[in-house]
Parts: sequence; C-alpha cells; structure tokens
Amino acid sequence: MADQVILLDFWPSPFGMRLRIALAEKGIEFEYREEDLRNKSPLLLQMNPIHKKIPVLVHNGKPICESLIAVQYIDEVWNHKSPLLPSDPYQRSQARFWADYVDKKIYDAGRNIWTKKGEEQEAAKKEFIDALKLLEQELGDKTYFGGDKLGFVDVALIPFYTWFKGYETFGNFIVEKECPKFIAWAKRCMQIESVSKSLPDQEKVYEFIVDIRKKIGIE
Amino acid sequence: MGSQDVKLLNFLLSPVGRRVEWALKLKGVDYEYIEEDIFNKSNLLLELNPVHKKVPVLVHGQKSMAESLIILEYIDETWKQYPLLPHHPYQRALARFWAKLSDELALGAWRAMVRRGDEREKVLKEAIEVMEKIEQLIKGNKFFGGNNIGYLDLAFGWITCWLPVWEEIGSMQVLDPLKCPSISSWKIHFLNHPIIKDNLPPRDQMISYCHRRIEEFYSTHHAY
Repeated sequence: MADQVILLDFWPSPFGMRLRIALAEKGIEFEYREEDLRNKSPLLLQMNPIHKKIPVLVHNGKPICESLIAVQYIDEVWNHKSPLLPSDPYQRSQARFWADYVDKKIYDAGRNIWTKKGEEQEAAKKEFIDALKLLEQELGDKTYFGGDKLGFVDVALIPFYTWFKGYETFGNFIVEKECPKFIAWAKRCMQIESVSKSLPDQEKVYEFIVDIRKKIGIE
Repeated sequence: MGSQDVKLLNFLLSPVGRRVEWALKLKGVDYEYIEEDIFNKSNLLLELNPVHKKVPVLVHGQKSMAESLIILEYIDETWKQYPLLPHHPYQRALARFWAKLSDELALGAWRAMVRRGDEREKVLKEAIEVMEKIEQLIKGNKFFGGNNIGYLDLAFGWITCWLPVWEEIGSMQVLDPLKCPSISSWKIHFLNHPIIKDNLPPRDQMISYCHRRIEEFYSTHHAY
C-alpha cells in the first residue's frame, strides 16, 4: 500500500519550508495543501488541535506537528537515503542543539527587525547578527553544517534566507557585509535542487512582508 | 566506557537538570555530580556551555552537551539498557511533541507564579488548559511511558515536585486533582518509584529560591 503524505503549510513559513526540503531530499511524493491562516481548514484544526499551526505533516492519516520534530520523523521513517541527522549520538546531540538554537534566536529576532522601530529594532538587529556570527563559527570550514552534504541544521536554517531581503530592507543593513561566510553557505545550499525547488523567491517573500506591514499598520 | 568519564554540571533545584540525573540513575550509569551556583556562574560552566551559559551540562569524556531533552536523547542512544524513548518513529514524534509542550507549560506555570494582574490571569488560564490536555494523554496508563518510567515521564517530572511549590507561592492552582485524576495518580506512582523518591529536591530550598527569583524580577522590572 502506498504511503499517503500530506503537508499542511503556508508558503512563506520558514518552518513549512523545512519540511518541503526534507521531503524533497528523500524523494517523497506528497500532497501540498496551502492553508489560509485567517480561515484554517477543518483538517488543520483536527490534526493540530493544541496549537492550530502549520506546518503539519500527515502520514497515512496521522499528524506530526512542530517542524523540527517532523523533520526528524521524516529522517527516521525514510531512512533509505539522504540521512539528515548523523549516526553518531554525540554528533546528533550537536545537530539538535544548533537546530534548537536556530529556533530560539533567528525567528524572533528577524521578526522584530521588520515589525519594530528605534531602539527595539537596533537591539533585534544586533541579536540577529550575533546569532548569524555564532552559526558561522559553528559552520567553520565545512561546506554545510551537515559536513559534505545537507544536514539537519542546514534544513532548519536555510529557509530564513528567503526572508533576508525583508530583514535587510526594513532593518537597513546588508547581511553579506556583516556575515559573508553565512551568505556563502546560503548560496551553496541554494545550488542544491531539493532546496531551490522548495523555497520561494526572496522577492515574493519581501512583497508578502510589505503587505503584512500594511495590514498590521506599520508604516 | 568508564564511569569516571561522565560528569553532570547541574543546579540542585533545577527541574530540567533533575531529569538528566533521573535518566542516568534509571540506566545505572555512574557519574560525577558538580553543583553549580547559578547566581555566581563558574568558569567551568561558561566554558562548557558558552552559548546559553545554563545547566544542565553533561560531559562524557571530551564531549559536552547542553539542553536537557537533547541530553536525554544522547543518554538513551549511548546507554541502551532501560530504554527511555519509544521504539516506533511515530510514538517518538509524539513523545518529543509533548516534551516540548511540557517545557512551554513549565515556563507558563513559572510565569503565572511570578507575574501579576491580567498578565498572570492569562498565563494561568493557558496553563490550566494545557494541563487538561495532558490529562487526556495519560488516561488509562500508569506512566506516560506505559508500565515503566520513560522519556515523557522525565519531561513531565517537574509537575510532581516543583509545581506544588509554585502553586503555593503563587496562590494558584494549575493542576486540579478533580479535573485531572489521572495525572494525580501518575504523580503518586512517579514519586514512589525507588529511583525517583531518593532523588528529589529539598522543599525549603525550593521555596526560598522562588522568593529570591521573584524579588529579582521585580527589582529589575519596575511597575508603573
């Protein structure tokens, strides 16, 4: 019996993008369903009753919520190719630690850059850049965080790159000036087909941010 | 793997640090315990966890790692006796989901103890709702792990010992025994487990610690 895989998602969500990349890396066929977050589908509310958020991976009718948990699930179930987590327990703990770090630092600081002004915005920019610099350090001389190939941390982090035009425009800074190694890493990731075909254009995401800002009344 | 190899840097009253101790003891792994004064962080801690500067930190040989739930997975993958996580990937995903929610709930309950007014009411209400969902999760089982203590029991362990102290200090009730009889039963089983009952934090110190943290919070956040 064939696997039935559905992804409940919202196109600009960096968390949803993580799953798109993981599924593409593994060559898994899935049905992509776009959610209207102002009018959530009955399926979404049923599959994620606690948080009512995307992304939700639905595998043969069973939901897996929280993007990093779902990526690990994909890695464990479809373990025949493209392992995302290393096999060594210590290396796995380090990959989980840095993916967790991305979750703790990047989204909120990034969001504050395009929603706040003045001192709050400056503080967010500093936090964001400091986080990227720490990640650059962790990357070191490796091609990817996963070593020679895309790994768990790469998948966790690269989606935020699609939001950079938004961060840079509203924050009035250029990431490449502060963190050139980071940008070099991001560009290498974008060369990978499973990544580039899973991610929206920075321009499209930027337009989305402009739109949201208007809607929530930030001029 | 020599037992001298394993060190745990922790704080006596930390609920998340205690999880790691319980896991090591359940698996029969010997370790050296190093107490950290979190009000006066040591150079060792800053060196071992420069990113977050927090306990617990597990050191195994030359390797050090932080974040309690991540440490639990490392422990489970390294020492195979007394498995903590379920075997099946879907059950593992569920366990990880609820463990993450457990940490969010603990933070919410802590905030409900510290904050005041509308903010406190909001956080308290959310915490109560999540607790009722956890009641549904454990219904019919002795432990979240089934017949034995598992990863999720360790993740929820703070409910047994730390939450009652927070409820008392915050004059609040997050866990209603009438609405959550299964969790109340689970508490008793958990606290009576031979490994757990000899490994619980001292209540009086927990109380003074909470008061100190609350004072600290209000001295840096001026009310207007």
